[in-house]
Amino acid sequence: MATQHSRSVARLMMAPAVVLLLGWMLVPLTMTLYFSFKKYLPLRGGDLGWVGFDNYVRFVSSSSFWPAVQATLVIVGGVLAITVVLGILLAMLLDQPMWGQGVVRILVIAPFFVMPTVSALVWKNMFMDPVNGLFAHLWRFFGAEPISWLSEASMPSIVMIVSWQWLPFATLILLTAIQSLDSEQLEAAEMDGAPPLKRFYHIILPHLGRAITIVILIQTIFLLSIFAEIFVTTGGAFGTRTLTYLIFQRVLESQNVGLGSAGGVYAIILANIVAIFLMRIVGKNLDA
Amino acid sequence: MYLRNALRAATAMTLVATTAAHADTLTIATVNNGDMIRMQGYTDNFTEATGIDVEWVTLEENVLRQRVTTDITTKGGQFDIMTIGMYETPIWGANGWLVPLDGLSAEYDVDDILPAMRGGLSNDGTLYAAPFYGESSMVMYRTDLMEQAGMEMPDAPTWQFIREAAAAMTDRDNDINGICLRGKAGWGEGGAFITVTANSFGARWFDEDWKPQFDQPEWNDALTFFVDMMNESGPAGYATNGFNENLSLFQQGKCGMWIDATVAASFVTNPDDSTVADKVGFALAPNSEGVDKRSNWLWAWALAIPAGTEQADSAKQFIEWATSKDYIELVAENEGWANVPPGARTSLYENPNYQEVPFAQKTLESILSADPNNPTVKPVPYVGIQFAAIPEFAGIATQVSQEFSAVYAGQQTVEEALAKAQAFTSEEMEAAGY
Amino acid sequence: MARAVTTQRKTFNTALAWIVGLLIFFPILWTILTSFKTEAQAIASPPIFLNFDWTLENYAIVQERSDYMRFLWNSVIIAGGSTILGVIIAVPAAWAMAFVPSKRTKDILLWMLSTKMLPAVGVLYPIYLLFIRLGLLDSRAGLVVVLMLINLPIIVWMLYTYFREIPGEILEAARMDGATLKEEILYVLTPMAIPGIASTVLLNFILAWNEAFWTLNLTAVNAAPLTAFIASYSSPEGLFFAKLSAASTMAIAPILILGWFSQKQLVRGLTFGAVK
Repeated sequence: MATQHSRSVARLMMAPAVVLLLGWMLVPLTMTLYFSFKKYLPLRGGDLGWVGFDNYVRFVSSSSFWPAVQATLVIVGGVLAITVVLGILLAMLLDQPMWGQGVVRILVIAPFFVMPTVSALVWKNMFMDPVNGLFAHLWRFFGAEPISWLSEASMPSIVMIVSWQWLPFATLILLTAIQSLDSEQLEAAEMDGAPPLKRFYHIILPHLGRAITIVILIQTIFLLSIFAEIFVTTGGAFGTRTLTYLIFQRVLESQNVGLGSAGGVYAIILANIVAIFLMRIVGKNLDA
Repeated sequence: MYLRNALRAATAMTLVATTAAHADTLTIATVNNGDMIRMQGYTDNFTEATGIDVEWVTLEENVLRQRVTTDITTKGGQFDIMTIGMYETPIWGANGWLVPLDGLSAEYDVDDILPAMRGGLSNDGTLYAAPFYGESSMVMYRTDLMEQAGMEMPDAPTWQFIREAAAAMTDRDNDINGICLRGKAGWGEGGAFITVTANSFGARWFDEDWKPQFDQPEWNDALTFFVDMMNESGPAGYATNGFNENLSLFQQGKCGMWIDATVAASFVTNPDDSTVADKVGFALAPNSEGVDKRSNWLWAWALAIPAGTEQADSAKQFIEWATSKDYIELVAENEGWANVPPGARTSLYENPNYQEVPFAQKTLESILSADPNNPTVKPVPYVGIQFAAIPEFAGIATQVSQEFSAVYAGQQTVEEALAKAQAFTSEEMEAAGY
Repeated sequence: MARAVTTQRKTFNTALAWIVGLLIFFPILWTILTSFKTEAQAIASPPIFLNFDWTLENYAIVQERSDYMRFLWNSVIIAGGSTILGVIIAVPAAWAMAFVPSKRTKDILLWMLSTKMLPAVGVLYPIYLLFIRLGLLDSRAGLVVVLMLINLPIIVWMLYTYFREIPGEILEAARMDGATLKEEILYVLTPMAIPGIASTVLLNFILAWNEAFWTLNLTAVNAAPLTAFIASYSSPEGLFFAKLSAASTMAIAPILILGWFSQKQLVRGLTFGAVK
């Protein structure tokens, strides 16, 4: 169906988007690469010459590097697990007939509209504060010692805050997918006396495969670069220093642009490994 | 083609926008502390007197640092005045990034600025930032609880006494913690506090050859003492408490003692915000028995002009106004003497009205006894009490204090944290070429 | 939904769903409630839920300190501008990918998404320097461009999945009738894709509105949006829960209201091709 003519028109139509994104990728990337081979310390006079791979070696050999990679993966993995599992349950619940479905749906998607900074501030101060936070009140009410969430359970707390923000997104996509499920198929299975768990495994879950992949893909892209939530709550303390945050500390707190840029290159590599991995799966799933 | 034209158009548009905005408007970046917010309220007085408009960019401290540092190091020129501290000023000044504050008017009386403040905000004898307010640190304690505990606070307590008093005041059933101190990670938060505590135990950050000293027994003593005391008598979750958290705890009557910035004195004695306003006493910051250094720091929030601004003259005019004697009078007239910005000028402490303010004397004593050139018992190669005025310090100290906070939260031992701090600091100092 | 459902089961579903919904919504509700309390009531123990003296004092203080409307307007311009610009650039690209697919289409699409993984903090310096050179610092135009570029991959992808759902025969038919490419896009394709475009616009508006790294670091006064507004209310000295709540409510209210009114469009279109 595609003629030579329509091919060239198509290329022309894609050109602006492709060129812009290519620029957006290449310009910062080139500059980052450039800085990463330099000893660049803004507070010590800026450019202090080429240093080869020094920054790269230093960044990985630093004692903070592997814990940061680990923290990144824990946050991404934790949030994905929580949002997908709860998202499926919530989507199935919302799919049931009930009164006030519209209102409930509004309530459930609301966190998605809240800025990450605001949500981090609200959770940190009004809920997780060990003295005045609502959780502390609740704990005391039941006679328990309030927990200092952001220090004693820093990782779970951050995963929880971020999951709260992304649960609506997962729920919405999964809900749309569930709604498209052929209800006759389900009914037939019900008639045959298949127990609910079996129906879930053999009919609902396979149907959701594609939606789950999409949720994972999109969320991973955003989760790899979360920053505000950590900046506001723990500032990278208590084992919550992700790779993104480590780079931030190198560039802005230590004012070592060369070292931070080398970290940036590593982060890009990590992101792309994850991306290729994900896209293999998604690519397959999108074709299906 | 299309891209370039679009960019050119966009550039032209913004050039118009920025020049228009910069005609006679000063853009000032500042921190969201109470005194600065108050100053914003009085900006109209300045505009009326001079015809110069002022735009405020008020940010939380960490965001502000990130924002102004990026702008000054890249010469972005976004601000005509920046609010910076005693740490940044000498470093930036030495790099030639700040406009020297010379040629100030006679009535401004630059010699009236407290010598400690002036020294800390200068580099090679040139003043680069004018102190809006200055602070040291001291003990604030609840007189009623002290009495209940049957103890009496000396003028210059020791850490050992503080610990004993804290234990005596602690009443967990009634939600009273004997002592509240900063544990929050960050070089300017818990990092600053543990550094001065270490100073008062005879420790130091670096020896004369810039070798980190966390492997020395003094650091171990200081950190162990701090952790033990806080576990006995501190509030739950103190590992995330900074200045603001402790302030609100103290104002709610949940702390027996609080050792922190002298500026806090006016907040805890303000009956509008504080439930314990009339029951607060003051004492000098403690030292460990037998150590000849107290744990008080020295800091100023100051106004500086980045080099390259086209409005250096108007900016200087504003700084003269905001840090003048007249401004202090203006605030005193409207809000009372207890609320004027403290710690910047000698004349304020000579003012009989101000001498009646309960915390004035102790504040001055604390400031006067702080010596940034001589911060520790053993000699050090750096200037600064709760920091070392080298560009690498903020980054290093933030990560070191994160390790310490993990100790406060019970996630690692003192020894582990000190070993990590030593390794990390050595790594960074080596990278910086020391 | 042809399944017969007992009232009993429906009641149970309703109760459960409402409990879960309210639980998820609670942090927002609590923030809004707190914004009407005094600072002392905001930290009262035990916490006060409804029976406090409602006051607008916090809103007055916040408004007096910072000109809310200016921040709001910047947010609207930046989020709106970047979304519209993004859609204008993305529609042709998505059209080409959907209707004239080649072997490389999917690669291009996935490559586009991968540009989103560039860690912002790592490139702050280069971008800041670039912005100085171009004179774009603290300009809305600069932010519009940056946010457009950040969200462009998502926009292209969403539109691509919608366009693909449109049966090619309709376009063929239009072409047979002699419609030009422009007419084809304008009169045939666009009307069919309206729900998809609407939800794309909404989602990206939300994403741009909430973007807090570039909007904070590349602005000072003229272009500062609500993300910068909120940065002056996080952890000030003294008690601040009520003022923080008021500022937070002001920052999220516009988008929350917009989201609620348009949630049908958002929900209908937010599939990313997840449904076939």
